[in-house]
Amino acid sequence: MSSMAIIDKGAPTRKVKYGSISRDRAWALRWSYFFLVIFAFASLVPPIYMLITSLKSSTEISAATNPWWVFHPTIENYVALLTSSQFLIFFRNSAMVSVLVVIITMLISVPAAFALARMRFWGSATIATGIFLTYLIPDTLLFLPLFKMFAVFSNWTGIELINRWYVLVIVYPTLTVPFCTWIMIGYFASIPKELDEAAIIDGASWFQTLTRIFIPVALPGLIAATIFAFTVSWAQFLYPMVFTTSTDQLVMPAGIITTLIKGDVFNWGQIMTGALLGAAPPLIIYAFLMDYYIAGLTAGATKG
Amino acid sequence: MVDVAIQPNRATRTGTRRRTSLRNALKRKSTAAFLMTLPLIILVAVLVIYPAFYSLHLAMLNKSMQRYVGLSNFTFLFTRETFWLVVKQSCIFAITAVIFKALIGFIVAHFVHNIPAKGQRKWRGMLLVPWVIPPAMSTLGWLWLFDPSYSAFNYTLSFFGIGPIPWTGDANWARFSVILVNVWYGMPFFMIMYLASLKSVPDQLYEAAAIDGANWWQRIWYVTLPMMRNIIAITTLFSLIVTFANFDIVRILTAGGPIDKTHIFATWAFKLGIESSDIPLGASVSLFMVPILAVAAIFILRDVNKRGNES
Repeated sequence: MSSMAIIDKGAPTRKVKYGSISRDRAWALRWSYFFLVIFAFASLVPPIYMLITSLKSSTEISAATNPWWVFHPTIENYVALLTSSQFLIFFRNSAMVSVLVVIITMLISVPAAFALARMRFWGSATIATGIFLTYLIPDTLLFLPLFKMFAVFSNWTGIELINRWYVLVIVYPTLTVPFCTWIMIGYFASIPKELDEAAIIDGASWFQTLTRIFIPVALPGLIAATIFAFTVSWAQFLYPMVFTTSTDQLVMPAGIITTLIKGDVFNWGQIMTGALLGAAPPLIIYAFLMDYYIAGLTAGATKG
Repeated sequence: MVDVAIQPNRATRTGTRRRTSLRNALKRKSTAAFLMTLPLIILVAVLVIYPAFYSLHLAMLNKSMQRYVGLSNFTFLFTRETFWLVVKQSCIFAITAVIFKALIGFIVAHFVHNIPAKGQRKWRGMLLVPWVIPPAMSTLGWLWLFDPSYSAFNYTLSFFGIGPIPWTGDANWARFSVILVNVWYGMPFFMIMYLASLKSVPDQLYEAAAIDGANWWQRIWYVTLPMMRNIIAITTLFSLIVTFANFDIVRILTAGGPIDKTHIFATWAFKLGIESSDIPLGASVSLFMVPILAVAAIFILRDVNKRGNES
C-alpha cells in the first residue's frame, strides 16, 4: 500500500479539490494495470503461440487458417515426440547432464564460497574478484579453443571427448560455478560471525561448521544457486552445437534444432511441441520456486 | 640452582610448543581453506583462463593449424567486407538491444511497483516468463511467428492493411527482428533488478520530495535515478557483455542471413570455426569481443569493489 501512495504525493493538494489524491491514485493504478496487461501479453505471446501450434495437425497448419486459433485440437505431436526414441534420448541426455552439472557445481562452489567468505587466506580476496571476472567471460569466446583442446586431449590420451554427451558435464561447470560461488559468498558473508564463532568454541571443526551451520542457514541461497545451475545447463545451446553432433549424444535444445529442422521441410507442429517440452523443466521449476529463482537472479548484483 | 635451571627450560619448551601448535592451527586453517578453493581454481584455470590465452595462440596459426602465421589472420579479416559488417552489426545489435531492454525494464518495473503489493507477485511471475524459457526454445517460437508464408504477425497485420513484412528475409527487417527478440528475452532481467532496487528506495525520500513540490518527473530524476544509479550501471554493463556475446537468438532466427547481414561476432565465429572448420580464423573473430568485454569488466569491477568497501 505504501508503494501506491508514492505516485500521487507530488501534486500540491491545497489548490485542488478534496479527494483528488484518491482520484489521482485510482487513475495511476488504472494506467499501471493497463500497461501491465499489454506488457504481460507481449511477454506471453510467443509461448502461447507455441502452445497453439503444438496442438495443431500439420494439415491444419498448412491450410493457413487463423493461426491464433485451434480448430481441431490434437495431441498427435506430443504423442509422436514422446514415443520417438530419439527425442527421449535428448531428454535423458539433458537430464543426466543437468543433474551431474548441478552436483559438480555444488561440490565445487559451496566449499570454495565458504573458504572465501570465512577462512581468509593469502590471496582469497583476489580469487573472489577473479571468480566474478571469469563469470563475465562468455562461452562464445571459449568454444573454439575448447574444441581444439579436447581434440588435442583425445589425441594424447585416446579418451574421446568430442561428440560425447559427457563432454558437456566437463564444460558446463565453467558457466555455473563462478556465479554460484559468487552468490554463495554473498549468502555466507551475510551470516553473523557469532554463529560460527559459537560453533568453533563448542569444538566444531571447519567442516562441521560448514555442514551444520552454514549450509542449513544459507539454504535459500543454496536452492537459488541450484536452480541457477540447472536452468543454465538445461538452456545452454552453443556448447552442444559445437561439441556434439550425432543424434544419440545431443541434448535438448540443440537436438530439437538439429533434428526437427530437416532442410527446408519444417514440421512446425512438432518443432513447437519439442520447444515447449524443452522449455518445460525450467518453467516447472520456476512455477514452483519463483521466489528462489528471483532471489538468485538479484543476489548476483545486489549482494557482494 | 636446580630449580632455576629447570624453570626457564620448561618455560621455553611450553612456549615453543604453544607457538608451533598455534602456527600449525593457522597453517591448517589456511591450508584447508586453500584446499577447499582448489577445485574451483583448477576448473577456472584449465577451462577458462587457459582456453582464453590458447585462442590467442590459435588465432596466429594457418587454417590447418600447422604453421605460425603471425597476425595475417587479422590482416585478412580487415580486408574482408563481411568483417566490417559484423563489427557494425554487433555494435548496433548490442547497443540498441541494451538501451531498449533497460528503458522498457525501467518503465515496466515502475508499473509493477505502482500496483498494490499483493498483486505484484502475479504480474512479476508473468513478466519473467521470457527470461525463464531457454532462449533457443523461445527463439524457435519467434521464428515460427516470423515465418515467411505462415507468419502469424503478418496475418494479424493484414487486417490493418499492413502488407506482408519480410521479418527475416530483408536485411533491415532481420536486424530489427533479432533486436526485438533479444529485447523480449532480456527485458525481464532488467525489470526484476530495477524492481528490487526500487523497493529499496526509502519512502521518506519521496515524501520529502513531494513536500518540496516535486512532480513525478522530478521525483524520478532527483530521487529514483540517483538511488538506482549503481544497479542501473551494473545491469547495463552486464547485459552489454551478454548481448554482445549473444549466439542463440541470431543463430536460430537468421543464422546470420540474409547474406551475412545479421551476423554478430559469435555467430560468424561459429560459422567460420565450426562450419567451415577454420578454427584459427574463427578464434581471431571471437577475439574481437575481448576489448569491449574488458572495458565493461573494468567498470563492473570498479563498481563491485566500491560496494565491497562500503559494506
